[in-house]
Amino acid sequence: MKVYVNGKEVEAKAGETILSVLKSQSVDVPTLCHMEGKIPSGACRICVVEIEGQANLVPSCSYPITEGMRIKTNSPRVINARKTIIELLLSSHPDDCLYCDKQDSCELLFLARKYGVNEKRFVKTVRNLKPDFSSPSIIRDPNKCILCGKCVRVCEEVQGIGCIDFIRRGFRSQVGCAFDSSINVTSCVNCGQCVNICPTGALMENNNIMMVKKAIESGKYVVAQHAPAVSVSLGEEFGFPAGKDVDGLMVSALKEMGFKAVFDTSFAADLTIMEEASELVERIKSGKKDMPMFTSCCPGWVKYVETFCQDFIPNLSTCKSPHQMLGSIIKSYYAKKNKIDPKDIVVVSIMPCTAKKFEIRRENMEDVDYSLTTRELARMISVYGVDFKNLKPQKADIPFGERSGAGKIFGSSGGVCEAALRTAYWLVTGKDLKKLDFESVRGMEGVKKTEVDINGIKIKVGVVSGLGNIKNILESPDFKNEFDFIEVMACPGGCINGGGQPFVKNKKTLAERMKALYEIDKSENIRTSHSNSAVKFLYEDFLGKPLGEKSHHLLHTSYLKRSVADK
Amino acid sequence: MSKIKSVIEKYKNAKRDFLIPMLQEIQEAQGYVSKEAVKEIARALKISSAKVYGVATFYNQFRFEPLGKYHIMVCRGTACHVKGSSQSLNIACEVLKIKPGQTTKDGLFSLETVACMGACSLAPVISINGEFYGEMTAEKLKKLISEIREKEKKNEGK
Repeated sequence: MKVYVNGKEVEAKAGETILSVLKSQSVDVPTLCHMEGKIPSGACRICVVEIEGQANLVPSCSYPITEGMRIKTNSPRVINARKTIIELLLSSHPDDCLYCDKQDSCELLFLARKYGVNEKRFVKTVRNLKPDFSSPSIIRDPNKCILCGKCVRVCEEVQGIGCIDFIRRGFRSQVGCAFDSSINVTSCVNCGQCVNICPTGALMENNNIMMVKKAIESGKYVVAQHAPAVSVSLGEEFGFPAGKDVDGLMVSALKEMGFKAVFDTSFAADLTIMEEASELVERIKSGKKDMPMFTSCCPGWVKYVETFCQDFIPNLSTCKSPHQMLGSIIKSYYAKKNKIDPKDIVVVSIMPCTAKKFEIRRENMEDVDYSLTTRELARMISVYGVDFKNLKPQKADIPFGERSGAGKIFGSSGGVCEAALRTAYWLVTGKDLKKLDFESVRGMEGVKKTEVDINGIKIKVGVVSGLGNIKNILESPDFKNEFDFIEVMACPGGCINGGGQPFVKNKKTLAERMKALYEIDKSENIRTSHSNSAVKFLYEDFLGKPLGEKSHHLLHTSYLKRSVADK
Repeated sequence: MSKIKSVIEKYKNAKRDFLIPMLQEIQEAQGYVSKEAVKEIARALKISSAKVYGVATFYNQFRFEPLGKYHIMVCRGTACHVKGSSQSLNIACEVLKIKPGQTTKDGLFSLETVACMGACSLAPVISINGEFYGEMTAEKLKKLISEIREKEKKNEGK
């Protein structure tokens, strides 16, 4: 059908909303509550447009397009309405932008600027609600919240958790937890997807930069390790295109800021694979006990199992997550080798993740001292005045700097599974797979499947990202027969879309980051974890063999049944 | 606990559209909506506790603390408002150290505001355990509360 946008004739399909037509024509329409691919809520009204012959402005996100519609997206009436909406939102907003962590990427602030809000037309009524500092991962300040509802929806509809919702009504409404409890005692898994989607500073990560700075200042032996998904997203904060691998620059920047050594967590990912693939093979050989086996790299997923599906705790791999493994190795093997008292070592993990901040407080996981998100690292680099773009790239330090392509793709949904299969095949057959690539488990889909034949044993593999998707699978009656091994990452798409990553404006960014990881893998000479010579040496020199006694002690962990306030 | 169970049992296989009737029946049975009840309802309807709590807090009719031995309702209808019912409410909050919807720590008093009791000729009006007291003033209410406290103290002594 034909419609007219600002006087221009445009093709549209029946059933589309006005907003989707406008977006397809690259017409700029501001949105605050809109979530792509989800049913529109129409909460914020900022997307209003004028339709000729219609008395009222309509919200374009939820209004269906009809034949011959004449739409105006920037008439004075529309502009004025949008400006008024922003002014009204600001009338109960604390206005403390100068002290707000979200300043660089606050959508509300951008809109206020864009629509020329330069005076306070309405009487200010501040709500004086209590901020929630209880979580190690996420800080909630309901005073800055504009009630767009995206955090509530991402938590419930995408992640299947729903630990926050709108409570009370009218001027007193706010987003909060059941019984007004603080979020640390609820079923929140700390994934940080709410932080990523929040248009204002109401949700932010718990910032630990100061603690790390103090540790560096104190003269202790502070080492950094960086997760696979960080190097392909950090550049965005410094003007590089999405997916640009800034690994070398990042290592230099960390050194510049005073870290004594910089290690690559992808090395530890290879180590994880040695343990996890061995565990998988053993579980299958020993008669399929506690199958399917679940991956355990993702702390959001682990807490999810411990909270929502405790019957499946034995199915979780006992492997610690890669950065925890490396933390343990640094404070044991590395400390001994370099004659440093482990008490004097401070391990800082640079992670794309908010849940890692929770994980480092777990029992048996105290070897990593601090965990910073990609965003925090970017800020720290700029605070230290490091000229990031003009640094000379450096390599990560030995002995934990070498990595395989398999370790690097850990940052993407499907990567852990692919890496594990490459090594599991080798463990059983003693040979490498003819084709190392598993295309069917790559990409942004929430549920992916593949099957591998290892010496006549068929291994059925599932790859799931976005916790809402695993919820559906676990609820289906015969999933146990469908899978032998399931990789789960809490964030849709995996760590490249982690709760600690630079804020993403469009989905293309995520695809670019993911593509970059697989390109690195492709270009790597060593593409399997078992051929990482540093990992091999570590086993020869210190650990012995996978699943051996030392590994058991240092690299594996146990889980607990969690009771939370809202379950 | 068994009261919650019987309501849950009654709504077996119910979908989320029965949330409000369930909350109402729980409140009727318990006198309030307990945390345990919120969690049980959430489990039964397969929705999160936050959602149940969100819906329950949306409506004024639900309370989350047990009723006190003396339940005070302060009318905030138009007539009572014009006649100064906000003063009675403020003094009640001040003397009892609670907000509307709450119960004192000793469990003696609970406080609630209502839109209109239909006794506008007596405005401003309050009721204590269903008994009406008209033309209320701050002083009168203070006295009423302290009389109840005295009476309870004496009873305790016996």
